[in-house]
Amino acid sequence: MAPIGDIPIKIEGEPAPPAEYGNALPVLSQVRHALAQLVQGGEPTQIDLGAMPFGPGDEERLMALLGTGEVTATVDALGLTHIQETAFSGVWIVEYLNTDGQRVALHLEVDHVPQLLRSQPEDLGAALAALNTQLAGAPDAT
Amino acid sequence: MTAMEFLMLTKGPLFQAALAVFALGVLVRLVEIFALGRAHNYAAPRGSAVAGGLRTMYKRFEPNPGTFKAAPFDVVVGMVWHIGFIIALLLFIPHVELIKSTFGIAWPALPNPVVDAVTAITLLGLIAALVHRLAQPVKRFLSTPEDYLIWGVTFLVMLTGWLAYHRMINPYPLALGIHILAAEIFLVVLPFTKLSHIFTAFVARYYNGAIFGRKGVQS
Amino acid sequence: MATASPQRTDGRPAPTPQPTLGESLRRNGVSRRGFMQFCAATASLMALPPSMAPAIAAALESARRPSVIWLSFQECTGCTESLTRSFSPTVENLILDTISLDYHHTLQAAAGDAAEHAREEAMHANAGEYLVVVDGSLPGPKANPGYSTIAGISNYDMLMETVADAAAVIAVGSCAAFGGLPKADPNPSGAVSVQDLIKDKPVINVSGCPPVPMVITGVLAQYLTFGKLPELDQYNRPLAFFGQSIHDRCYRRPFYDKGLFAETFDDEGAKKGWCLYRLGCKGPMTYNACATMKWNGGVSWPVESGAPCLGCSEPDFWDAGGFYDALSVPPGRSGDMLLAAGAAGVAVGTGAGLLARSKARTAEKQHETVTAEQLEEKL
Repeated sequence: MAPIGDIPIKIEGEPAPPAEYGNALPVLSQVRHALAQLVQGGEPTQIDLGAMPFGPGDEERLMALLGTGEVTATVDALGLTHIQETAFSGVWIVEYLNTDGQRVALHLEVDHVPQLLRSQPEDLGAALAALNTQLAGAPDAT
Repeated sequence: MTAMEFLMLTKGPLFQAALAVFALGVLVRLVEIFALGRAHNYAAPRGSAVAGGLRTMYKRFEPNPGTFKAAPFDVVVGMVWHIGFIIALLLFIPHVELIKSTFGIAWPALPNPVVDAVTAITLLGLIAALVHRLAQPVKRFLSTPEDYLIWGVTFLVMLTGWLAYHRMINPYPLALGIHILAAEIFLVVLPFTKLSHIFTAFVARYYNGAIFGRKGVQS
Repeated sequence: MATASPQRTDGRPAPTPQPTLGESLRRNGVSRRGFMQFCAATASLMALPPSMAPAIAAALESARRPSVIWLSFQECTGCTESLTRSFSPTVENLILDTISLDYHHTLQAAAGDAAEHAREEAMHANAGEYLVVVDGSLPGPKANPGYSTIAGISNYDMLMETVADAAAVIAVGSCAAFGGLPKADPNPSGAVSVQDLIKDKPVINVSGCPPVPMVITGVLAQYLTFGKLPELDQYNRPLAFFGQSIHDRCYRRPFYDKGLFAETFDDEGAKKGWCLYRLGCKGPMTYNACATMKWNGGVSWPVESGAPCLGCSEPDFWDAGGFYDALSVPPGRSGDMLLAAGAAGVAVGTGAGLLARSKARTAEKQHETVTAEQLEEKL
């Protein structure tokens, strides 16, 4: 199926000015609350932006309010995940794409490091085993 | 019965039935009054009966200074909640839409928060009126069961509407259905109780004013 | 017509248990990170908070592919169209990796007898464990079964036979959940909903015309993940998706609260995106996930496109008055009723008035003058 953005649409007349629906600021204060929790008790928070009743332009407005920070990361596992630090340290935008490149979820993560960037404990054992196999099978250097 | 079936029942057959009882009852009462006519007055008129009648219909909206002095609470609270009731009834957007669909006429409405505030004041006014009625020995003595009945149906309509607007009853179809049912009870009770003063008060005012107007007396 | 072959289940060696989802993902080289990413997306899909992702991961580790039999009765295929447009995880993922869709006469390659065999085989192999998904209403037991049959089997017989050994039934779409358009007044085919017929199995209703694609897959994913039925509302709809009204989650709600309404589809209010209540929006009485999950992969949803909510996920929405009449407007012609009752009132009132008048006149005529002496005599 062609992505919806590929459908050619021509708008006649002046496009309507972006409306201000005012749904971005409440999320921002939720983020502030989460960040305060992280600072005080070290408790991380994840916010599902897909569950927010956003109107057109609300998401863009929230992103503009959050700004861009220093770190950008991409995880390539069962589809790409784009991770972007915001201008506020500890607040991360995590966008999950499926293998077709369609967004499946958009989260805000308030944490020192987003969970997905950490090495997963379940993978460490397998990694150790793989390394052992590689060393055992390696040709003698001498 | 599900909430939706309840809403459909109150919006559909019950609404039609209540409307029929209301229209039939009110018109029977009014037309009977008009058909009775007035006894013929053989005296020469000294003024216009019609002008006098119309003037009094309007003038009685102004509180009588004597009554105000004697019972300021009744005048103020009574006016406040009557005006509030009329605003909520006629100037709330969903009601304007309902009237438009039923009568084919519409008028501008007030923003929801304004109607909300007016409704809250009206509810408080109705509660104050009831407390006053119960606390005053004379008023309590004069009160009949019918007085409490019409207070109840009026209060219920306002209260259920306010609860539905604030979505305090869940699910919403149930809240709306309860409000519509309360309004239907109000409509059905209206022609057979003192509530018919909504219409007959103006007839009485007109006749009253017309008698004086004909005599050339200000009333 | 297909008939069950009785020896099929006996002669066969015991089937090896299906691999769990965790096993099959690892076998396909999916890392833990990939799995966690999948779980985060699944949490969103199931309308659960992201903090539930580890619990989903733990549950999915041991989840097995359930067999799904999809029955289509009096329906328009809109629900299947909707399902195949679910974005997350892609429907291919869902169908091939997480559920085993063993019978769906629109999507399956098999036809005729082979198709019906597939259904029976799935029923026998997974007795007591498979899920039955139904879209479409069906003629009730008292209606003429000829209104809807598949392979010569009446819808009623097929449903009862298929559901007998099912773990649960998911009624997808307003037709299966509530009777839908076929049940609309005057209901010529005697259509009933699934829950009208199935009383001894759990029935989950996923209403909507059609339901939001992600809600269909979300309910399936939820069952697959936790292996139990979700929390349901009074219409047996999962609360996760149907717990809140459109009105409460609508981004245009602030306009309702401020009293700013579009009054026609092209006035200034409509262009500014104001509330659509006066244009017939049924959002206040409608419980669905459109306002947050949206449609077409999150592109938009009816209210965002300027169309009032029709209330399609509520029972009897098609008989609940005009789609473009405000919610407070009753169905039917109240004006006519009012006129008729009013005319009757005028007639009765005139009659009563004239009667009273003539009574008064008669009394006047019968009036006799009495002198003081006569009165005194009487006393």
